[in-house]
Amino acid sequence: MRVSYKWLSEYIDLSGVTPEELAEKITRSGIEVDVVEPRNRGVTNTVVGYVESKEKHPDADKLNVCTVDVGETEKLQIVCGAPNVDAGQKVPVALVGAKLPGGLKIKKAKLRGVESRGMICSAKELGINDKLLPKEQQDGIMVLPDSWQIGEDVIPLLGLDDVVLELDLTPNRSDCLSMMGVAYEVAAILGREVREPDLTVTEQGDEIDPKVSVRIDAPDHCYRYSARLIENVTLGPSPMWMQNRLIAAGIRPINNVVDITNYVMLEQGQPLHAFDYEAVFGGNIVVRLAQEGETIVTLDDVERTLDPEMLLITDGDKPIGIAGVMGGANSEVTENTRTILLESAHFAGASIRKTSRKLGLRSEASLRFEKDVDPEGVMRALERATQLMVELAGGKVAKGISESVLRGQEPAVVELNLNRLNKFLGMTLSRDTVADILRRLNFDFEETGDQEGTVFQVKVPTRRQDIRLEEDLFEEVARLYGYDEIPTTLPVTVTTPGSLTREQYLRRQVRRILNSMGMKEAMTYTFTSPSMADDVESVFGNLENSDYQPIPLAMPMSEERSVLRVNLLPHLMETAAYNRNRRLEDVAVFEVGNIFLSEEKQLTSLPEERLVLGGLLTGHWVGDHWLQNRQPVDFYLTRGILDALFERLNVDEISYRPVSGLKGMHPGRTADIYVAQERIGYVGQLHPEVQKKYDLGETYVFQLELEKLFARVKDYEMYRPLPRFPAINRDLAVVVDGDLAHADLQAKIREAGGKWLESVHLFDVYSGEGIEEGKKSMAFSLVYRDPEKTLTDEEVNEVHDGVVRVLEEAFGARLR
Amino acid sequence: MMREQLEDLRTRVLAELEQVDSLSALEDLRVKYIGKKGELTEILKGMGKLSPEERPVIGQLANEIRQKLEQELEQKKDALEKAQLEARLQEETIDVTLPGRPVATASRHPLTQVIEEVEDIFIGLGFEVAEGPEVETDYYNFEALNLPKNHPARDMQDSFYITEEILMRTHTSPVQARTMERKEGKVPVKIICPGKVYRRDDDDATHSHQFTQIEGLMIDEGIRMSDLKGILLTFAKEMFGPDQKIRLRPSFFPFTEPSVEVDISCVMCGGEGCRTCKQTGWIEILGAGMVHPRVLEMSGYDPKRYTGFAFGMGPDRIAMLKFGIDDIRHFYTNDLRFLEQFNRL
Repeated sequence: MRVSYKWLSEYIDLSGVTPEELAEKITRSGIEVDVVEPRNRGVTNTVVGYVESKEKHPDADKLNVCTVDVGETEKLQIVCGAPNVDAGQKVPVALVGAKLPGGLKIKKAKLRGVESRGMICSAKELGINDKLLPKEQQDGIMVLPDSWQIGEDVIPLLGLDDVVLELDLTPNRSDCLSMMGVAYEVAAILGREVREPDLTVTEQGDEIDPKVSVRIDAPDHCYRYSARLIENVTLGPSPMWMQNRLIAAGIRPINNVVDITNYVMLEQGQPLHAFDYEAVFGGNIVVRLAQEGETIVTLDDVERTLDPEMLLITDGDKPIGIAGVMGGANSEVTENTRTILLESAHFAGASIRKTSRKLGLRSEASLRFEKDVDPEGVMRALERATQLMVELAGGKVAKGISESVLRGQEPAVVELNLNRLNKFLGMTLSRDTVADILRRLNFDFEETGDQEGTVFQVKVPTRRQDIRLEEDLFEEVARLYGYDEIPTTLPVTVTTPGSLTREQYLRRQVRRILNSMGMKEAMTYTFTSPSMADDVESVFGNLENSDYQPIPLAMPMSEERSVLRVNLLPHLMETAAYNRNRRLEDVAVFEVGNIFLSEEKQLTSLPEERLVLGGLLTGHWVGDHWLQNRQPVDFYLTRGILDALFERLNVDEISYRPVSGLKGMHPGRTADIYVAQERIGYVGQLHPEVQKKYDLGETYVFQLELEKLFARVKDYEMYRPLPRFPAINRDLAVVVDGDLAHADLQAKIREAGGKWLESVHLFDVYSGEGIEEGKKSMAFSLVYRDPEKTLTDEEVNEVHDGVVRVLEEAFGARLR
Repeated sequence: MMREQLEDLRTRVLAELEQVDSLSALEDLRVKYIGKKGELTEILKGMGKLSPEERPVIGQLANEIRQKLEQELEQKKDALEKAQLEARLQEETIDVTLPGRPVATASRHPLTQVIEEVEDIFIGLGFEVAEGPEVETDYYNFEALNLPKNHPARDMQDSFYITEEILMRTHTSPVQARTMERKEGKVPVKIICPGKVYRRDDDDATHSHQFTQIEGLMIDEGIRMSDLKGILLTFAKEMFGPDQKIRLRPSFFPFTEPSVEVDISCVMCGGEGCRTCKQTGWIEILGAGMVHPRVLEMSGYDPKRYTGFAFGMGPDRIAMLKFGIDDIRHFYTNDLRFLEQFNRL
């Protein structure tokens, strides 16, 4: 809402309060003033001039040489390029020495050899938003009313000696979508009186009945419809003061009748509509819901197709307007209009809101109606507008009002209990203080009291539709008393231990552990493109082999961000590619986040949100360093990071099982990760084709389902006594088939080693010279210990020989 | 005769000792003269030929000389060892200004850092961390928060719907409603709810269609608006420094009444006035208010008996203020040069 300071001061005394001070006070007590905007953007020394004559410039086709009277003895010769300048016009003249917005200074000048003393200005040159001016005023110099005195300063005449306060209204304060509403708000803040405009209407015409009739056929959508008939109006421009105020408010002046409806809407907050009476068949107004597919051409010359939830104003025959949104072109007020049927109605906010949304058509009227206007505004606005039509359009008012009133509204009575107020705010406001604030708000109240304390029965005016509960009144009192006055205390309640849940704690641990190993945490978007969703296997599998589909947004902002992710990897791959494109080729990142899974095509219940850890390593692990060479990342580094993660989280029984069918993964370099017999994720190299698609080099990734992992975390373990007896070490090097998995060999050693075998550690893998083709040598270090006694060499030899035998039998292994 | 031999030996040994420059030469010297088969022993073999009167005199002289020589040799040895050690240390000297071997290190995401810091402050004040789904029902996201369908305030936060009843949550407030429901009317409720939220905004330097939020809620008997001020002041001091002040400005949220915007003293200028705070000395960091009675009621709390406050803040904005970050998109682009700047634990 744009509030003109000068206009506002018509309804409330603003003396002693500058616009800036007013803005600060309004902001601090509840309504944010976004901008304080002087209407004068820097115009000085500009007066009303009279163009006495106009002649063509001798040397320039497009220039005119004008003789202009600015009220001084000497007439001014001014060269002007505007096509619309003409003798007999009154125009704004920036005198020599004047300044105009944008830093322009007017000097005596010669234009193509002709002296020019001053400048005839367009609205734009005066800093007026010319989009708000009639078309003919936009294209050239501004033509001023004949009635203006030659030589008079144009600044006050054009309303430029004003300041606009732009209010950023929250949805609850739609009462301030009107000057009167703002006046009441300011009155409460300043403790001053509001001056309501006079609403007297002089009726001079015949009875309105039977010229106009009103019927409401949609009682849930329209509560009241009131109409007046104004005859013999003369269409023309509205007076400059009214145009100035409309422009200040951001509304374009059209003609006196339309301007009056807009002006009164701005003043009273109640939208009005003026119909050309001749276009309303029989003067009948029938308010009804539209039929499916019914159409109407609105004032903006667009044909609108309606549905049965939309409310129409009709004349019983044809629609003549979309209620509360926009009038119809067929009943528009034109220069030929002589009789006005003036509508002031109360429509249901939700109905208007829905219609305006569906049509994608928002107007100053719908903006107000959809937020529940003051039902009492209907009459005020009707009378005010009628009065102005008589005054400014020379109309004659028919006797009486034609109306249908289905639903009225009494002011709500809300109780305000002083004790509760003070307990709620943590303050000790006195009865008088609260009573004073209620008075400043212009809220009537009765005081009832008992031993418990004072209770105010507050009669809330209908303009404040936002106040229905005691807490709403608490807010009014608190904001006007000042939030700064509320003390700071700490709650008096039982002590509670604050805490993280186990999962929250473990999530933090995962981040810290991975950080400590050099992996950075990334955060990527949840929305992704359907094509990327499934470039690589997710933790649950891939979309082709599951019943899941990525969940689409109903109205995505772009294809790129149109479905919910089912996978953490694609965006990490994008992250790696982004960095690689900036020559940051060594990337080690992870993300902890949800993926969204549902088997439903059309969601009827919330999808499953699965917490996943995704990781990616590409490029080099150890960068160039004077002591060591760059080390490209590889599978075993990636796995090493995971091993360390599992160890630090205290998860046992981890196994890596080779897997070749995972989508987007290298078939020979990928392993499923199991805890005991449960699969919790996978690790491996991206398939070379996927690497290529994302423009990545050799890249390793992993994904784990964190809930499954966390379920396996052992929160703490008992201490194990230190060994009391010495261990015996034995090394074992065997030659086996080249494709024998280490895990199988190691499992066999453990099995054969029995209870004395404390640990097995692989320390060498070798193939090549000395080892036959297709074979490899693997060397282990075995530690034997009996916790109960010292083992003898003979005892260990027996077991160790057994291990060798088992390996020979199981894998054809040969001691090296 | 023997006396002369001994004296001569002493003179020679001492002279030679001067020339010795290594431990091995020293050892050779020792063996040659005073070792078991050394010259001294050889000389003393002639003792038998001496008269009984001479014998003790010469014997004593021999002992004196041996002791003297051993002592000298020992001193020489110490000196040589010391010199050798010094030479070794000299030789071992390295350029300590060369870069160290790289030990991997990395950091949490800056938003994670802010969220965890906020969590920890409120955990210290006895709050629990509560979480909920990112895909929400219209009921929890709006209706249970006093935002019925067609409520004008739904305009304020245009949403990503999936179906008519299911959407991406636009704030973490639904976790409040869910938690209250779960608590079945039990008090106190003291939770903070961090998480990702989504709104239909075009991404630019200050807007992101995805961002993070932390919501707080406290409900009990006798919770006052002054308590809200107290808790938030405590938070501001912990988070931004002990000199922080806060200021409440009236505002509107459908789920609180009264509703306020909360400003803290500008973190850039400390309240003096600068570009960040547009010369006001204050910057807005959160929205808050007393829980709306209808919200209490809908979640099973009697508003006549219980009151509470709620607040919400944006870690993205806090991180931007705290670290002076100028573009919100940095948080989600994951440029390594950005992430690396937050290498702290």
